[in-house]
Amino acid sequence: MKYYDKLIFELSRPGRKGYELPADKFNTDGLAAIPQNLLREEKAELPEVSELDVVRHYTNLSNKNFGVDTGFYPLGSCTMKYNPKINEELCVMPEFTSLHPLQNPDTAQGALELYYNLQHALASLAGLAEFTLNPYAGAHGELTGLMIMRSYHDARGDKKRKKVIVPNSAHGTNPASAMVAGLEVVEVKSKPNGSIDVEDLKPLLNDEIAGIMMTNPNTLGMFETEIIEIAKLVHDAGGLLYYDGANFNPLLGKVRPGDMGFDIMHINLHKTFSTPHGGGGPGSGPVGVAAHLTQFLPNPHVKKAENGKFYVDFGKESLGSISTFFGNFGVMMRAYAYILSLGKENIRNVGPMATLNANYIKESLKDDYLLPIPGVCKHEFVFDGLKDKSTGVTTLNVAKRLLDYGFHAPTIYFPLLFHESMMIEPTETESLETLDEFIEVMHKVAKEARETPEDVVNAPLTTPVRKLDETNAAKNPILNYKALKENA
Amino acid sequence: MSKIIEGLRYSDSHEWVKVDGDIATVGITDYAQHALGDIVYVDMPEVGDEVTAEEDFGAVESVKAASDLISPVSGEVVEINEELEDEPGLLNKDAFANWIIKVRLSDVAEVENLLDAAAYAKVCEE
Repeated sequence: MKYYDKLIFELSRPGRKGYELPADKFNTDGLAAIPQNLLREEKAELPEVSELDVVRHYTNLSNKNFGVDTGFYPLGSCTMKYNPKINEELCVMPEFTSLHPLQNPDTAQGALELYYNLQHALASLAGLAEFTLNPYAGAHGELTGLMIMRSYHDARGDKKRKKVIVPNSAHGTNPASAMVAGLEVVEVKSKPNGSIDVEDLKPLLNDEIAGIMMTNPNTLGMFETEIIEIAKLVHDAGGLLYYDGANFNPLLGKVRPGDMGFDIMHINLHKTFSTPHGGGGPGSGPVGVAAHLTQFLPNPHVKKAENGKFYVDFGKESLGSISTFFGNFGVMMRAYAYILSLGKENIRNVGPMATLNANYIKESLKDDYLLPIPGVCKHEFVFDGLKDKSTGVTTLNVAKRLLDYGFHAPTIYFPLLFHESMMIEPTETESLETLDEFIEVMHKVAKEARETPEDVVNAPLTTPVRKLDETNAAKNPILNYKALKENA
Repeated sequence: MSKIIEGLRYSDSHEWVKVDGDIATVGITDYAQHALGDIVYVDMPEVGDEVTAEEDFGAVESVKAASDLISPVSGEVVEINEELEDEPGLLNKDAFANWIIKVRLSDVAEVENLLDAAAYAKVCEE
């Protein structure tokens, strides 16, 4: 079934069913109870298929998936590390999965203890006082963190602070989260190496600044060496420092955002702490704060009483609830398993290995690909397309050609600091052999670009779907089967 | 090599301006459209809106990125290029022929702060 390309709707045959329900129990007309004005006028055209049709359909589609379990996935900024299978085994323990969030905390002490311990493990890795694990994803964590920033200023009666400084190299979620949090975005320029231009920052600081959002290492994988000075400037101006934890992986157990002067941060458990990125979720974006901000953390919060018992706390100064109950608990269990299986000593090897792997690829490929920022990078780096610009082969072409060779493409056209950005992050979990295979293929693609550029420009040639018309897809999207039939 | 037209004024954020009396016609440069790639959407202000120099007045989206449009001048929008609503790709075909907005300038002298063709060519080389 290698070339399977059907839609479930195309399998539909009138009257075909997976099973029948016993008429004596289910023969009531369920629709009768629904008010007329809420009923749809046209019949929903749902696919009519058998159970076997459904199983084969989705199994065949799933065989086309590419994931960390099938191959190398150097998607920069996403930290596509291996998701250890022991995490999966532990997180389905019925002792945890059969709990209800509203059951008496006395009967859920183990789950509360796990939440509490993970909260504190993250706090000690981050150099911050306390964490909430409630946010559902990284961007949700950003929003929560910025709401904490606002709560802090509001509680002090400092109502003028409505602006947040964001570097022009930032992840797109930073300005987006600031807007959702009701803050105005002020952009600070980056120097050519991607780090914040301190001279450009100084005039932006005043009594309307709520804080600054940064990531360190920055988007180009370079460590912000002036972070101590930046922290002092922002704090002296009355603002707070927010750390985007997307790039936390290379610092794990080595450098702590709290020690650099950050007041608030989020962590992407699905990046740094090895939980799956799968299918858009579930993610988890815990938020940590320094000691002077703990009262604003969202409700509910897990605390430990003096007698050693864990309890659920609803703080009066809290910014309120940002999720139903405690967030994505299964994801927390995986992250906790990851931290415990590495332990205090081994967790310090994550960053150096991720850094070594990134630098190994960078140095091996810089003769064929344009390296705009020379020097040692952290966990990731950016090429500005092929070094030989005369071939006309773009970053998009190279990315598509990699698919033909069985590798996932790197992140492309981000950051916006270069025209042909190609952001590569191998993570620490790849072997030398895998890195060498990738390097060999990247060299091969560069050679093809010089000698047979049409092979690269027309790629991919071996994937289930060929080169997509991206402009047409963006302008005239066909998003359901009905529209597809009308367009046929 | 991107096209640059003599006689127009330019911003370092890659917009061009052509002044006729107190009306300024504003668009994006050939360099900008080339850097963006296939443009799929142009977000424009409405006629009657005020625009301010060095502040954004809209955005262009391409398959690569979304990029703010930064106004090189201040004043009131008197016309927008409605053709771009249906056919944003016109900017890729000819960025100078397909203007985006026309502005009645509140301060004609402001244009003197902008780059000329030679100075803009240097910006593009960097």
